[in-house]
Amino acid sequence: MDESYPLIRITDLGFSYPDGRRVLDGLSLVFEPGLKAGLTGANGTGKTTLFHLIMGLLRPTSGRLEIFGRPRTREEDFREVRAGIGFVFQDADDQLFCPTVADDVAFGPLNLGLGRDEAHARVHEALDLLGLGAYEHRITYQLSGGEKKLVSLATVLSMKPRLLLLDEPTAGLDEPASERLVQVLNDLGLPLFIISHDRDFLKKTVTHLFRLEAGRIR
Amino acid sequence: MHLEEFARGPSLLHRLDPRVKIPAALALSMVTAVADRWVVLAAALILSVGLTLGARLPFSRVAARLLAVNLFLAAIWLFLPFSTPGRPLAALGPFTATWEGAGLALAVTLKSNAIVLGVLALLATSPVFSLVHGLRHLRVPDKLVHLFFFTFRYFQVIHEEYLRLRLAMRVRCFVPKTDRRTYRALAWLVGMLLVRSYDRSIRVHQAMRCRGYDGRLWILHHFELENRDLWFLAASGCMILVLAGLEWTNLIL
Ligand SMILES: Nc1ncnc2c1ncn2[C@@H]1O[C@H](COP(=O)(O)OP(=O)(O)OP(=O)(O)O)[C@@H](O)[C@H]1O
Ligand SMILES: [Mg+2]
Repeated sequence: MDESYPLIRITDLGFSYPDGRRVLDGLSLVFEPGLKAGLTGANGTGKTTLFHLIMGLLRPTSGRLEIFGRPRTREEDFREVRAGIGFVFQDADDQLFCPTVADDVAFGPLNLGLGRDEAHARVHEALDLLGLGAYEHRITYQLSGGEKKLVSLATVLSMKPRLLLLDEPTAGLDEPASERLVQVLNDLGLPLFIISHDRDFLKKTVTHLFRLEAGRIR
Repeated sequence: MHLEEFARGPSLLHRLDPRVKIPAALALSMVTAVADRWVVLAAALILSVGLTLGARLPFSRVAARLLAVNLFLAAIWLFLPFSTPGRPLAALGPFTATWEGAGLALAVTLKSNAIVLGVLALLATSPVFSLVHGLRHLRVPDKLVHLFFFTFRYFQVIHEEYLRLRLAMRVRCFVPKTDRRTYRALAWLVGMLLVRSYDRSIRVHQAMRCRGYDGRLWILHHFELENRDLWFLAASGCMILVLAGLEWTNLIL
């Protein structure tokens, strides 16, 4: 894919929650194509908030948001963004809601308008990639915390995103699962934007670090 | 707690298309609910028992569900016979039970058991996701379908949340008593449960939107009407007509 424009360009972004708390203030950031970056910062500095703004789940109070080379302001603009960016939530219980793993992994592809056979193929592909082949027919809410985490990743990989946004992907993973995740992310070769407090994990997966402090990138 | 415990099984009812089972269950429930004649109520109950046997549901689990329903009905038996005017049947101290009251209580009991069994045999034998898809095919408004689906899905989540909160209280040595402190703690528990569930519902909706959800639920496993579905539709249609016919004409008894 030829991408000459930055995947994300944020200019002078401000955001306050309705209760008036100013979380982001004059934040600017350029996410070049192919970049693998980590996002760090103390608890409560607004890392999750920033990802929600990028996905269009929250709207900025001020500033400019450009994704895949186009300004994004309205809900329709973000439809395209969501088809292109795979976002894995901090808490897997928020992400998984279908009865079986296969249904959940197929949810995104079916929403993108894929046929059943294609969706099936995507399900197998994504699960195999994560070594979850045997989980297809498992009941999602009976999985362990770590298994849920990996399945949530599968639910966005099946949409074949151009960029992955991961919110604390290693929280609750044991050593082997976390190693497996490192390997999968490296094999994928996709651009990555990862919130994590796990320095070791970041060292193995990303080449650049953004640090969020007092509402902007330092 | 497993709300879909009957959804998978070996019987024909498990394999039928939800698009024929939903109307059948609805029609059977409605006829049973409005019926007045004993012959219709008895026939409906027999039909439901037959369906339950046909679905080969595990006896003990069905019994547990029926027990819950009939415990509730026991309350009706306590009050209805004594509060309905009519011919005296028996006296209990200052209270007199009437034939009419007892008849009413019996009718409610028959109806409830027949409907519960019918719904168990017809609807609980499909996974909820298929029912949801069936409802959409039957042109039920999307809002209702979603309400149904998420009520089902998040019942589980809220229950788990409740267990977690209770556990958090227990590990800090909370023992419920009948005092103000206990009531306050329980009120907090309920309040917290509501707030957390609300928050969670928002986040789940956000996660769904991130995966391209636009208000329509698609399903991976498609179903097609087969011969057995059409036969079932015809058979259940006939049964309902017979029941309705018995109710609104004066045939038999
Ligand atoms: N819905 C909300 N309403 C009001 N304030 C909120 C809301 N959500 C988050 N906040 C506040 O906004 C700030 C940033 O929250 P955010 O979740 O983005 O932090 P974070 O950097 O992801 O933290 P962590 O590392 O703990 O996950 C916090 O101070 C938080 O209390
Ligand atoms: Mg966070």
